[in-house]
Amino acid sequence: MLKKWRRLKERITPTDIVMWVIGGAILALIIWGSTATIAAGRYNSHHWFDFVIFGLAQGSIYALIAMGYTLVYGVLRMINFAHSEVFMSGPYTAYFVAAAFYRSDFLDQHPFISLLVIFLVAMITSAGIAFLLERIAYRPLRAAPRLIPLITAIGASFFLQYVFRGLYGSGFQAYPVVKIFEGEWAFGEFRILRFHALVIVAAALLLAALYSFIQRTRIGKAIRAVSEDKEASYMMGIDVDKMISTTFVIGGLAAGAAGVLYALMFKQVHFFMGFIPGIKAFTAAVLGGIGNIPGAMLGGIFLGLIESVGPSLFLDGLGIIAPYQLKDAIAFTMLVLVLIFRPTGILGERLAVKKA
Amino acid sequence: MMAMLEIQHVHTYYGNIHALKDISLNIDKGEIVTLIGANGAGKSTTLKTISGLLRPRHGTIQFEGEDLTRYLPHEIVAKGVVQVPEGRRVFGRLTVTENLEMGAFAITDRQVISKNLERVFALFPRLKERRHQVAGTLSGGEQQMLATGRALMANPRVLLMDEPSMGLAPVLVDNIFDTIRQLHADGTTILLVEQNARIALQVASRGYVLQSGVILLNDTAENLRMNEMVRKAYLGES
Ligand SMILES: Nc1ncnc2c1ncn2[C@@H]1O[C@H](COP(=O)(O)OP(=O)(O)OP(=O)(O)O)[C@@H](O)[C@H]1O
Ligand SMILES: [Mg+2]
Repeated sequence: MLKKWRRLKERITPTDIVMWVIGGAILALIIWGSTATIAAGRYNSHHWFDFVIFGLAQGSIYALIAMGYTLVYGVLRMINFAHSEVFMSGPYTAYFVAAAFYRSDFLDQHPFISLLVIFLVAMITSAGIAFLLERIAYRPLRAAPRLIPLITAIGASFFLQYVFRGLYGSGFQAYPVVKIFEGEWAFGEFRILRFHALVIVAAALLLAALYSFIQRTRIGKAIRAVSEDKEASYMMGIDVDKMISTTFVIGGLAAGAAGVLYALMFKQVHFFMGFIPGIKAFTAAVLGGIGNIPGAMLGGIFLGLIESVGPSLFLDGLGIIAPYQLKDAIAFTMLVLVLIFRPTGILGERLAVKKA
Repeated sequence: MMAMLEIQHVHTYYGNIHALKDISLNIDKGEIVTLIGANGAGKSTTLKTISGLLRPRHGTIQFEGEDLTRYLPHEIVAKGVVQVPEGRRVFGRLTVTENLEMGAFAITDRQVISKNLERVFALFPRLKERRHQVAGTLSGGEQQMLATGRALMANPRVLLMDEPSMGLAPVLVDNIFDTIRQLHADGTTILLVEQNARIALQVASRGYVLQSGVILLNDTAENLRMNEMVRKAYLGES
């Protein structure tokens, strides 16, 4: 008994103790804040419902972007920091299509055709940028030490930001509003903003399509095989380079679609618009365990919900005056906490591969 | 008459490590040829060079009259030169069936794929039972079956096997070698790399002995079994 305790003591370092104290303190704050908020009764069920819907909309956008980070990490073991610009390039380019549709009134006469075209333009642009990024910036560095492509990714991120700033200007552009998605739909006593419903439904469909592509198709399976073992994939006759390109294209398609949803939700585009959602989606991918595909989806939705519900729930009761301003702080606190306590993500360790 | 697979004067380097020094070997259609050697002799390097994973600095690799060194790894698989890698290297997070489908990646005809799948399941009924299981949770013996089956999915004309007996209990080693005999009887051409020289020289008709990147001996299996040096160094006899 005593021996066991001593052995345990040897394994616990002072850093561990400090970490657990911090963790415990944060947990206590969350519980205290939530209890106080609920006791104060300042928010009713309608408020919470709104927070949840907003969180789902935001979170499903994060989930779509996070897929790109996690898929690319899978095949190349690198964080594609330029993915936020892949995300930006699509909706920003499609903005010009949207604006033209809006001016000619086509947007409101044929809203679904217009949206379809806007989505296609955005997805194709983002996928094209992602494809070129891999071809030009990352492929020549495939054999280089891992830090080098990472730095290149950061460089590519700046490069793309300034290219798009140069092409499209540095101002904010207001994304046109589609009339039929203005207003609300009522479900009994609850109301949903129509464009939130649009975002949630569209993102859910895209995520489902993406997931079944990766799980069920020949190419999807090959991408998973390449993620596990490149050399063995070569030996199976898989064209590894082509699969890596395809992975970037898929991530780009998802990011482009997410970008349009984001632009429809926040009604504007800007050359710097990718930065925050990009970093949030990266957080989501880490939350779900980077490289883990369902993890990235759940991580995104979870992060969206925490960001939307969290400020009011955790912070309001603590007497913080403008809790909503702290939503980004909450998101990044989550990132730091996960990196400290569960670097493998909330979904836990990936299935251990038995090396028998 | 040229051999089916003919390797001539191949030199392969890792940076400036000279791993293969003037390797020449050949395999005729329908033969089992073994390549034996100690750890680090260059056996895996030889197979990787044939598969196109490593580029030889000099030399040629002719397969049915074509120079393989001009092709990419996946093209070489499509030509029918297929490797069962050392240490099995199954895709641990893919199911047994998905692993087998990856083996058939070079084949696009669905009918051929399902015919091959039936053939592999007939050869390894155990894999059929476990076809929905994730490969990472298979036992070592089952993983070796899967690695072999996966290569067979590609319709190999030459099968390159890298130490199939590695890390397996004696019973399982016997099983794998029974499979190798059966494949041979079905007409598959096999280049068998082994450290277990005893068993390799039982199934093969000819053998090469590799040491420090050089082919030391090249003879029939029977003569190699009798060879003084082979008996001392590789069969553990005195
Ligand atoms: N990636 C590499 N980089 C540098 N040197 C390598 C690399 N792979 C192998 N080598 C070296 O090349 C030589 C041959 O290695 P190889 O893997 O072909 O041996 P092997 O005969 O397959 O051995 P084993 O029976 O242990 O598998 C060894 O000296 C090894 O250290
Ligand atoms: Mg080896």
